Amino acid sequence: MTQFMLEISYLLGSISFIIGLKMLSHPESARKGNIIAAVGMGIAIVGTLVFHKNEAGESIGNIPLILLAILIGTGLGYVMAMRVKMTAMPQMVSLFNGMGGACAAIISIVEFNSHQSQSPGFLSIVFLGLAIGSISFSGSMVAYGKLDGKINDVYSKLLSLTNNALFLVIAGLIVLGIFMPSALGSTSIWLILVLALLYGVLFVMPIGGADMPVVISLLNSFTGVAAAMGGFLYDNSVMLTGGILVGSAGTILTILMCTAMNRSLLNVLIGSFGGGAGGSKGQDGEKVAKEISVTDAAILCAYAQRVCIVPGYGLAVAQAQHTCHEFEKILEDKGVDVYYAIHPVAGRMPGHMNVLLAEADVPYPKLREMEDANPLLSNTDVTIVVGANDVVNPAAETDPSSPIYGMPIIKVDLSKNVIIMKRSMGKGYAGIANELFFMKKSRMLFGDAKDSLSKLIAELKDI
Amino acid sequence: MNEIMQLFLENREFIFVIMLSIFLGVEVISNVPAILHTPLMSGANAIHGVVIIGAIIVMGHAAADNYLALGLGFLAVVLGTLNVVGGFVVTNRMLEMFKKKKS
Repeated sequence: MTQFMLEISYLLGSISFIIGLKMLSHPESARKGNIIAAVGMGIAIVGTLVFHKNEAGESIGNIPLILLAILIGTGLGYVMAMRVKMTAMPQMVSLFNGMGGACAAIISIVEFNSHQSQSPGFLSIVFLGLAIGSISFSGSMVAYGKLDGKINDVYSKLLSLTNNALFLVIAGLIVLGIFMPSALGSTSIWLILVLALLYGVLFVMPIGGADMPVVISLLNSFTGVAAAMGGFLYDNSVMLTGGILVGSAGTILTILMCTAMNRSLLNVLIGSFGGGAGGSKGQDGEKVAKEISVTDAAILCAYAQRVCIVPGYGLAVAQAQHTCHEFEKILEDKGVDVYYAIHPVAGRMPGHMNVLLAEADVPYPKLREMEDANPLLSNTDVTIVVGANDVVNPAAETDPSSPIYGMPIIKVDLSKNVIIMKRSMGKGYAGIANELFFMKKSRMLFGDAKDSLSKLIAELKDI
Repeated sequence: MNEIMQLFLENREFIFVIMLSIFLGVEVISNVPAILHTPLMSGANAIHGVVIIGAIIVMGHAAADNYLALGLGFLAVVLGTLNVVGGFVVTNRMLEMFKKKKS
């Protein structure tokens, strides 16, 4: 009976994951899908606590301790997730992903230490779970650090060589550990742990900050596979289906994200090495970007037929989405046709801008995807770039040595005038110079995006 | 070779489940609009928090004097819960933004 109840709870859990994921991929049902998956998870966890028995027929013990741990995790997780700002969401996802990876790795360590009879099948599952979980954990932590601006990009040929060698060593250790368990004994598990952690760090380190979403998505699917290893270990169907589902869905999602940037996954993972040299062509010094005053900018916009707004991470940082919407409404009142051009990877995550602008009640038809916006730009009088940089960098089309070469961009240089709102002349997230700032039709409006927009609004009201 | 064949036969149901899950995962995700990439990733992130069940099993069957297993198990349950709760809450917060738009 208890066995039956357990399996039923797992069946419900698995079904809810599938339905949840399916609903998450449609805008209208997404929120419900998330809740369904969460409820399924709850059922599977409660089912395990109440009905699970091991091979010796013992129920789950240490219940008070387990509940305490769940309580701590819930409280901490809830507070962290509620407190985080919209702009810092990507880091948060990465952080939680790392927690899952660490959890999988720990399970492997404990299981390895508490089993006497170790068949090759058992060992391969434990070692793989450990290695994948650890890589996912340390990799996610580095990705978190990078997105949070705590860790800088490191480019080095040597790093990639070391990393490849390290990968082979770990693979060799796993094979050795599986087929000749006596060779290393119990040190093998610690050795694999340390090397896999190191590998995760070196794996993410050289990848450019702008590519972090792709990396997080990849590590996300890694953790899924690590969870599935746990499913193998315990003959546990819900861990298996949940883990594999995330593993395969995560992989596809990773590839979709790469396609959105017109790059292959391989290109994202190894393409960054040449970036350091390619970006710093010694020609920045001679050029001077021209500034524009707020009044001039306001006049330019007020007498335009059509204005395009290109939002980027700067808009998110300044929390300027509401001000931006207000600015757009004032222009509309003056008879100007305003639309937003959204690059698929603007901000730090695909969809980041849509979420922010939706929060500010910007009408959905005003948001144009890149493909729809580009043909409009040659008929646009003024394009205002609000805190975006790499996604409007013409180098992606013209300079083959640029790290972002090949990425589709919003071709703002097609429009008649370009106003770039930026805090400074600093480089964008990919760390490369932007020719756009020095073009004849470009004008810089320095300052915090929210500030600049508020000033523009004030000027517009006077016109 | 014999061992591998044996392993396959013993686990053939699992292998079927894995194959089907892989195709299901691919099928479920394809055609998702770019706007939903982030929430979807976050939702999937929460789902692999199912690994917490493994952590509960580890801890639930650890002997009372096996402090290594107890300590690590405790840590694993905390981390797993963080993954689950944090993941779902963050996803929900992201999706709240979409809901607001329609109202």
